[in-house]
Amino acid sequence: MYKYTLKRILLMFPTLLGAAVLVFFMLRLIPGDVCELRMAGSGMYVDKEAIATCQQNLGINAPIYVQFIDFITGFFTFDLGNSMWTGQPILHEIGLRFELSLQVAIMATLTAILISIPLGTISAIKQDTWIDYVVRSISIAGIAMPSFWLGILIILGLLIMTQKFFGDPWMPPIHYTPIWEDPVANISQLIWPAVATGYRYSAVATRMTRSALLEVLREDYVRTARAKGLLEKLIINRHALKNSLLPVVTVIGLEFAFLMGGLVVTELVFNLNGLGKLLVESVSNHDYTMTQALVMLVAVVFIFTNLFIDILYAWLDPRIRYS
Amino acid sequence: MLKTRLRTFVIAAALFALALWSFAPPAEAAPKKGGILKFVVGSKIPSYDGHIESTFGMIHPIRPFYSLLIRVNPDNPSSPTDFICDVCEGGVPKPTEGHTKYTFKIRKDISFHNGQKLTSADVKATYDKIISPPKGIESNRKAFFSMVKSVSAPDPATLVFKLKYPTGAFVPALALPYNFIYSKADLDKHGYRWHQKNVNGTGAFTFVQHQPGAFVEGKRYEKYHHEGKPYLDGYRAISAPKMAIRLQAIRGDRAAIEFRGFPPKARDDLKNALGDKLTVQESDWNCNLMVTPNHKRKPFDDARVRRALTLAIDRWGGSKYLSRIAIVKTVGGVVFPKHPLAATKEELNKIAGYWPDINKSRAEAKRLLKEAGYPSGFEFTLHNRGVDQPYKVVGTWVIDQWRKIGLKAKQWVQPSGPFYATLRKKKNFDVSIDFNCQSVINPLVDVSKFISDDRAGNQYGQYQDRQLDKWFDEMNREPDVKKQREIMRKYEKRALDEMAHQFVTLWWYKINPHRSYVKGWKIAPSHYLNQHLDNVWLDK
Repeated sequence: MYKYTLKRILLMFPTLLGAAVLVFFMLRLIPGDVCELRMAGSGMYVDKEAIATCQQNLGINAPIYVQFIDFITGFFTFDLGNSMWTGQPILHEIGLRFELSLQVAIMATLTAILISIPLGTISAIKQDTWIDYVVRSISIAGIAMPSFWLGILIILGLLIMTQKFFGDPWMPPIHYTPIWEDPVANISQLIWPAVATGYRYSAVATRMTRSALLEVLREDYVRTARAKGLLEKLIINRHALKNSLLPVVTVIGLEFAFLMGGLVVTELVFNLNGLGKLLVESVSNHDYTMTQALVMLVAVVFIFTNLFIDILYAWLDPRIRYS
Repeated sequence: MLKTRLRTFVIAAALFALALWSFAPPAEAAPKKGGILKFVVGSKIPSYDGHIESTFGMIHPIRPFYSLLIRVNPDNPSSPTDFICDVCEGGVPKPTEGHTKYTFKIRKDISFHNGQKLTSADVKATYDKIISPPKGIESNRKAFFSMVKSVSAPDPATLVFKLKYPTGAFVPALALPYNFIYSKADLDKHGYRWHQKNVNGTGAFTFVQHQPGAFVEGKRYEKYHHEGKPYLDGYRAISAPKMAIRLQAIRGDRAAIEFRGFPPKARDDLKNALGDKLTVQESDWNCNLMVTPNHKRKPFDDARVRRALTLAIDRWGGSKYLSRIAIVKTVGGVVFPKHPLAATKEELNKIAGYWPDINKSRAEAKRLLKEAGYPSGFEFTLHNRGVDQPYKVVGTWVIDQWRKIGLKAKQWVQPSGPFYATLRKKKNFDVSIDFNCQSVINPLVDVSKFISDDRAGNQYGQYQDRQLDKWFDEMNREPDVKKQREIMRKYEKRALDEMAHQFVTLWWYKINPHRSYVKGWKIAPSHYLNQHLDNVWLDK
């Protein structure tokens, strides 16, 4: 087990280096730079000297290999530098958004688990009945419907319905309040994006739970359990469901990692100041340092989530551990 | 008899008084103190330094922390020529010594938010930073002050600007909303970059906090120098990049106002949803969308082809119909239409592309194309910015206008970064949409967009026209408004018509719907102006 874990950890370094090379060079393929955008983007008079000074100060004109070495050195020494757009330390900027993104990811994951496992189980047990068809329709709709679109519908629905029934239109708060400062304001803002993303997320997990459980229910040991006269409830809960959760854990883990920085459009729709919105803004602002840091953060989250899933797999399934 | 007459007279007088009272305009309600103004901002803050930045994303949340030497009159912001003192005393001084010396008296009762007294030395240090920054320090608007010979502070209450030549461009340049007054002590102690991340001004509000990407918060500055102001306890500027969110925020009362502006459809939707709870202010906007042909590419090096492009555009019709769906409306030449230096309708009608008869105009366009060797038109690409309002809407419209003279244009849309890289570095476009958007209306400087590209920092047509350069310099050194106007007409005719170097499509139109309880704020012809918020109050 230790050897297995160590091997997985050592594999992280070449993966991170590959991600660093890709993000660094791909960013520089996009025409334009942060100084041009800051000083010429408003259609006003442009001072060429001021732009040149800004480029000089931010090191944009430095040779590409110097910039790359700076970036790699900074990354592996945990010194990510300052944002080219705001001049603020990158760790500070990311720290501000990390809490919100983490909370949305956790809430969406909880929503997804609470919906998908019961529904997927019922759907598998009641295979080819009307209950199964309803659950499958709901999950297909969840996959087909982009979460940002559902988000727009939720906001419009809230505005229209509250105006109709209470006289004044209401919408969720548009700026973040930490949960320990005001839990009501916090939940009333984040519950909607959690539902919008959790629904799509649950749709994938429901289908996975259903198909994995159906496969397990056809296994010999389930037939044996039934032949022994065990209660169906006991067979499902104790023998079938636990064994069918392996692929579901993978899906949930990967989706969780995706939510940390991947909720780009949903964050914009709900005006959430999260990592996804920061990533979009930093790309559109040509903020190289910030974009590099965010992509590497997402890569690290993905790698650690995968590592965690692999270790969990090995723990759950002795065949992996001993192979 | 006398008694009856007297009674009749009294009744008539009473009725007359009643009639007068009922027709008299209602007295404006007295401002109420208190409350927090929440507003949404559609752009992002780079740094807090007004001397460097140019986006309204910085102006809207940060401007209320600072004062200026002079400012656009907040009670009459729609006037392009009404400026009043902010940290100076009395009115804006009249120039002396042949219009080359301006002596400002600085108020003695102003303190920075950190308690330090403001003197003329602070104002001088500020303008020194803007006009002649030390090496390695950016200043984005020093060219606005190219006429300044020296700035001096002979005593703590006096500030003197000496100019190299008399010019009408100087006073409006002083009122630029970016000219935040900084403390000399801060500059000396912390250096010239300190204000990029820190705030210490003399404005109506003091800095409370900034959560990057989320909001900026300010609270009332009790020692503010304009008596009785500000009325608000504070404000919160909430960042909301999506227009839909800004719109819904006003509808759902998460924000009371957005200061940049919405398209007409958004205004109508909000009005339908909120009725009397919504007030709409509208104004001409000191921004215009332009068409810029690349003079280094054939056939756009030929003035006849460029003239054909402008002649095909029906501005008068476009103003009528396009203004229903986009934030453009006003027909104008190179100068903001409400300014005394702007062309009148009669004068505009003499310029190619502004003729009253569009059929005649398009016939002339076709004739010119034929003369240039393109009797059946040609194909080209219109480079545009990936922003709906108004870029893509106007881009689509002009393509349709050109189709009517046999020209086939395809639209090539790019996000802002690559769009500017194409205009400024790559220069590999046929014809591009460009825009000229300024804050304080200062036509003598604003029209610099049309001078030669080796002099203007933002002329992307890649042409040189020394005649225009000469007239530009003459206008700027001419103190007499009448003579300025004469030169401006020649300048405009040559730029838009004879050479058709690049041309204006339509001027923008600013629409600000806001919650009716927001009072005191008056719309200005620019989203950069009147953003100090000291006169805003909430009628709740």
